[in-house]
Order: sequence, then structure tokens, then C-alpha cells
Amino acid sequence: MKYVDEYRDSDLARSISAEIARLSEGRSIKLMEVCGGHTHTIYKHGIEDVLPRTIDLVHGPGCPVCVLPMGRIDDAIAIAHTENVIFTTFGDMMRVPGSHGSLLDAKAEGADVRFVYSPLDALKIARQNPDRQVVFFAIGFETTAPSTAVTLLRAQAEKIKNFSIFCNHVTIIPAIKAILDSPDLRLDGFIGPGHVSMVIGMRPYTFIARDHHKPIVIAGFEPLDIIQTTYMVVKQLSEGRAEVENQYARVVRPEGNVKALEAMARTMELRPFFEWRGLGFITHSALKLRPEFAPWDAELRFEVPGLRVADPKACQCGEVLKGVIKPWECKVFGTACTPETPIGTCMVSPEGACAAYFSYGRFSMASERSRLNILPVAQAKEA
Amino acid sequence: MERQDTRVDEVLNKIERTRQARRNKFYLRDEHITLSHGSGGKATHNLIEGVFAPAFSNPILDQMDDSARLDIPGMQQRLAFTTDTYVVSPLFFPGGDIGKLAVHGTINDLAMAGAEPLYLSAGFILEEGFSITDLKRIVTSMALAAKEAGVSIVTGDTKVVQRGKADGLFINTAGIGLIRNGAVAGQAQVQPGDRVLLSGPVGDHGIAIMLAREELDIETSIISDTAPLHTLVAHLLAAVGDGVRCLKDPTRGGVATTLNEIALSAEVSIALDEQAIPVHAEVRGACEILGLDPLTIANEGKLLAIVSPEVERVALAALRSHPLGREAALIGTVQAQPPGMVFLRTDIGGTRVLDMLVGDPLPRIC
Repeated sequence: MKYVDEYRDSDLARSISAEIARLSEGRSIKLMEVCGGHTHTIYKHGIEDVLPRTIDLVHGPGCPVCVLPMGRIDDAIAIAHTENVIFTTFGDMMRVPGSHGSLLDAKAEGADVRFVYSPLDALKIARQNPDRQVVFFAIGFETTAPSTAVTLLRAQAEKIKNFSIFCNHVTIIPAIKAILDSPDLRLDGFIGPGHVSMVIGMRPYTFIARDHHKPIVIAGFEPLDIIQTTYMVVKQLSEGRAEVENQYARVVRPEGNVKALEAMARTMELRPFFEWRGLGFITHSALKLRPEFAPWDAELRFEVPGLRVADPKACQCGEVLKGVIKPWECKVFGTACTPETPIGTCMVSPEGACAAYFSYGRFSMASERSRLNILPVAQAKEA
Repeated sequence: MERQDTRVDEVLNKIERTRQARRNKFYLRDEHITLSHGSGGKATHNLIEGVFAPAFSNPILDQMDDSARLDIPGMQQRLAFTTDTYVVSPLFFPGGDIGKLAVHGTINDLAMAGAEPLYLSAGFILEEGFSITDLKRIVTSMALAAKEAGVSIVTGDTKVVQRGKADGLFINTAGIGLIRNGAVAGQAQVQPGDRVLLSGPVGDHGIAIMLAREELDIETSIISDTAPLHTLVAHLLAAVGDGVRCLKDPTRGGVATTLNEIALSAEVSIALDEQAIPVHAEVRGACEILGLDPLTIANEGKLLAIVSPEVERVALAALRSHPLGREAALIGTVQAQPPGMVFLRTDIGGTRVLDMLVGDPLPRIC
């Protein structure tokens, strides 16, 4: 397939990997991929197999489903159960457990929960059902926030009264700051988020290089993107540089997407603080609707419990999100907590580090690989 | 590094022990039916093993094959018997409709037992207000599909429910077929060394349906692959006979779920080569956009044949010489270790576990 297969060439992957091995010889390099989309690519394509063992990939907090605290999910379920409400959400959120079940359970109990692919689809449902209240569960980083902003502007322009947004948008930079300030962490560099950077551009990352002296390279989402990015970070390290570089130049512009940023600024403002699962409260790390958009703010329109719910005790999503432990090091990983019976959010979304690891990565570790002896069909036939 | 490896091994062994302990025990913890229970993946298994299997248990049912195989006193050949219910939405989609699907699906369940399909039943649940014109269209399409496949619809039933109690119409079909002498053994007979053959590109049906729902505004020419597979099976069995260990049609849950079922039941491991698996470019494109894996998407006109290594070449040639198997491919091999798991060698040269589908295939958001 054009524009995809070019980024999945296994010979090219092997030769870049050999170059990474040469540059990193004798060292152990820990890189964090901030974005959940990268975690997914890494496991789906078995990239850890292709990279040399000197490179250790740590999975960061960039899965928007995973960082949402349980209390917010309880609030969402409470809104969904409100009479006359059609509650719309991205598919990933359906199975995320709150303290009493998920939205999928709420749906089975009679709540009208529908999944949509875009907030504009939710607005369409509102137009089609003028006698019902339609709520959209807005989640995600700067990647999805612009589409929420555009939807709000359109709802305002069309004076659609039976539509509102339950806003849970978060911002990536404060989370990276929190991780860099965390004392229990040792990272050598970052694989920077591609889609978020498409919106915010490269400038917001400058502090990582300037103040923390860590290289960060913004990466695309195909296997070769990630392998090349790893090479670029390792090259910076080997040359003693710490800079913000852009591997994903075919999409990300240095200044970002000005129109998207404007739409966000017109409709949303920073919350003083917001709770992140596992990372705790982080100041100025999330967005809420501006006062002018109060008529479309579900938090003002509906009664929500608004309670803070402690994460399940056994769950170590927080440490996984900070990259302090690997998914498999969690006490309940693969035993009590599996994709069918998730305890923590990291096990729910396919982008969650634990789910990706459970589905794809379990047997990717070197010791296990040698035991398995998986050969491509052609070689297996000869054996 | 060495200490790390020991720790990794400990954890992997712990997870493996849990998997093994649960392998034949399915946990049904849910209090309500959710849509996941209908996805054909793990939740469906949990429901079957937690509710239906223990209540109805008997030696025939416990085989858990697509069709029951029945010994009839005084008859030399055995009968295959199966049933399936169709609730697809939308009722009409590119490449077919619910009626055609209801005929093909049941024929295919019989064909996978190595049977010659003979007779079908058809039950209709109709919603008050449903258009008679649409009903006629669907029934005509069923009649045509049955005629083309050489089976007769010999009995039926009709019920009408109040408006809002059914989504237009639901169809149930059951079927009876005659099992050829010396036919397919079944999934428990799969052995290390066997080859995995796939009759053609995967994912067409599921993606065609998903795009026909009009929520996505993606325009493609993808059409459902719905087709009766009994002539392809007959052709394959005529060529290699008992070299075929097991036949399965990868419907709900796709190739990933079907091969996991085989790996669990036969206690073997299956290793696939991603690049050998045929997928139409448009289906791949749609899956890339929606964040789906073509290997977990439903098919209605494809089969997986596990064959002994000796007959691999002949079996593949036989599939390819039939119109429904023209793009057939060898996609993997069966191994002994570790039992109950399916692996994929990825396009980029890595390896990963290919698990059963969990829940419905939901699109990723970023």
C-alpha cells in the first residue's frame, strides 16, 4: 500500500538498527515514547525485537484514556444515566472501569450510550433529536481538542441548545514536566508525540533540551519512523547534543497548526489543576470551557458526583505511566488484570502500555524469543 | 542483564501458569449481557462456557465444532447439523444482504464439517412496520442463494414483534448435511508441523458492513465476500482427502480468534507470517484509518485449512484452482510450544502475540 509500505521495510529497519547498535555500544539507553500511538506501533510491529538490546523503551503517559482518573468516569456514567440524555463517546472509553462498572455496563442497564468517531457526529445526533439532551465525552490531548473546539463554535453558531460537552481535555507539556521532575526516574531522551506536535508545533518542547539537557525527537507513527527517531536521539546522545528535532517533518510544522490553536483558545481555558491517574494533581494540565460557552458545558448543566476515587490498591498504572516500572512488573499484570478483566486503565485502551504489552509484547523479550524459535514460513519449511 | 532475564522469566511463568489454569475454565463475571458477549471473541466464549455449555453438556455438543456430527442408527454416513442467527445491520450492504448471509453462513458451518449441505430451515422475527417490499427482496435473495448452492429451504417459521422490539428483522437458519466418508477430523487433531492455509484476502465482510453504516463517510469499493464454501471444500477434500486436519471459516473475531480457538483446542502453537496473509489494499487502508487489525475482522466467504505437511503443495494448488480460492496462501505453521498461543512474525521483522479479539473492534482515537 502506497505511503505505508515504504515505512515498513524490514531490510532498512535492520540496517538502521545496526547503526543504532554501533552508536550505543557499551551503553544502556532509556528512551520514553510519550504518545500512546507510538506504544501501540512498537508492540504491533514488534519493534523492540528489531532494536538492539542497548535501547530500553519506556512507555509514557500519552494515552488519554489511561490518564483519566476513575472519578471522572463515574461522573460520565452519572450523566449517561440522567433521564432524557444521549451520551456520546469515543469507542475506547466504553470499557474503562469506573468505581461501579463501565459505560458499556451503563448501556446494558438502559442508559443511551452511543459511540461516535468525532464530536461533530455527536452534534449531528443533537440536531436529529431536538427533544433529547446530547452530551459528548471529550477526552484527549491537543490532538483531539481542536475538533471539540470546532464543534463548540458550530453549536454556538447554529444555536443548538440541547448539546453539551463533558470536557476532559488534557495538555501534554505539564505531564512531561511532571515526569522530568519526578525523582524516581532516569531517562536519556524522548520520542516526541507526533499528532500533538502537529497542533502545538515544536517550540513548547524547548525546555526539555534547554533546562533538562535531554534530546527529544518528534516522531511519526510507522515502524521506520520510530526506528529512525531512535537513531536520531541516540546520535544526539553520542555527540553530546540535547536538541528538539523533527523526524515527522512531513506532517509537523515548527509553528504547529495556528488555526487549531486559535479555535482552542477561543473556546477553552486552562483549569487551575486536574487529576491524572497515577500522576496525581498537576497544575494547569487540563482544559475547561470558557465562561462564554457555559450553556454547552455539561459540568454546569448536569449534577455530577465529582468525587475523587482512589485507584484500586493493587493497580500500579501510575508507576507504569511514569515509566518507573514496565507493565509486566506490576503485581497484577496478566493475572488479575487482563484486557477482559481490566483493573487499571492501562489495560483497557489498545494504546495503553499494559494492553499493548499483554496483546503483543508478552513474548517479545529476548530470553523468551530464543525459546520460541519463530521462523518465517519460508525458513520453517526448510527446517 | 542476567538478573533482569531471570526476573522476566519468573513473571512470564507466573502469567503462563494463570493462563494454563484458566485455559479450559472461562470466567463469567458479568451481571448483564453487554455487546461484547456477541462479538465472537473472548466474552462470547465466557458466555458459552459459563452458561450454555454446562447446562446442555453432552458428548456431541462438547466437541464445540461449527456443526454437530450425528450418528443415525441404520445409516452408514453421518449427518452434520447446525444453526445460526443473523442480526446484521444494515440489512442491505455492498455484496449482499441479511438473507443471502443467512443461507451462506449455515451452508459454510456444514461445509467446515466436511458435509454436503442438503436442507435448510428459515425462521423470521419481523418488527411491526417492516416494509413488505424489503422483506420480498430479502426472501428472493435467500431463495436465489439457496438455489445457486443447490440446497432447499424445507421448513420455516414467522413471528412478528411490536415496533421497537426488533431491528427490522432477524433471521435464524438451521441446516442438515451429509458428511462425506473419511471427512475432516476436527480441530483437536491438529499437530505440530501442520501447515495453515487461507483461501483468500481477509477482512472484506466486516469492513464492508462497517462502512455501510454510513457513520464514517468513507467511500470505497469494498464489498462483502459472502459466498457458499461447500464446493471449495469438496474440491479440496477430493484433492487431498484425509490430509486435511481441520477446516474453519473465520467469521466473527476473524482469523486471529479462529486460530486461537484451534491452538487452545489442539494444545499447539501457531506461528503466522504477516506478509504472507493476503489483505485487499482497500481493506488495509480502511483498517489503518480506523485503527483496526484485519486479522480480527469478520469474513463470510473464506476458510482456514490446517493440512498435514505432506499435502501442503497439492492442497494449495487445489484451493487456487477453484474460483473462491484463487488468492489462497500458505500463511503459517503449527508448532508444539508454547501450547494455546498464536504468534505473528510482523512486516518489519519482529514477533508478537496474536490474541483473540476482546470486545468489539473499536476504533482508536489518536
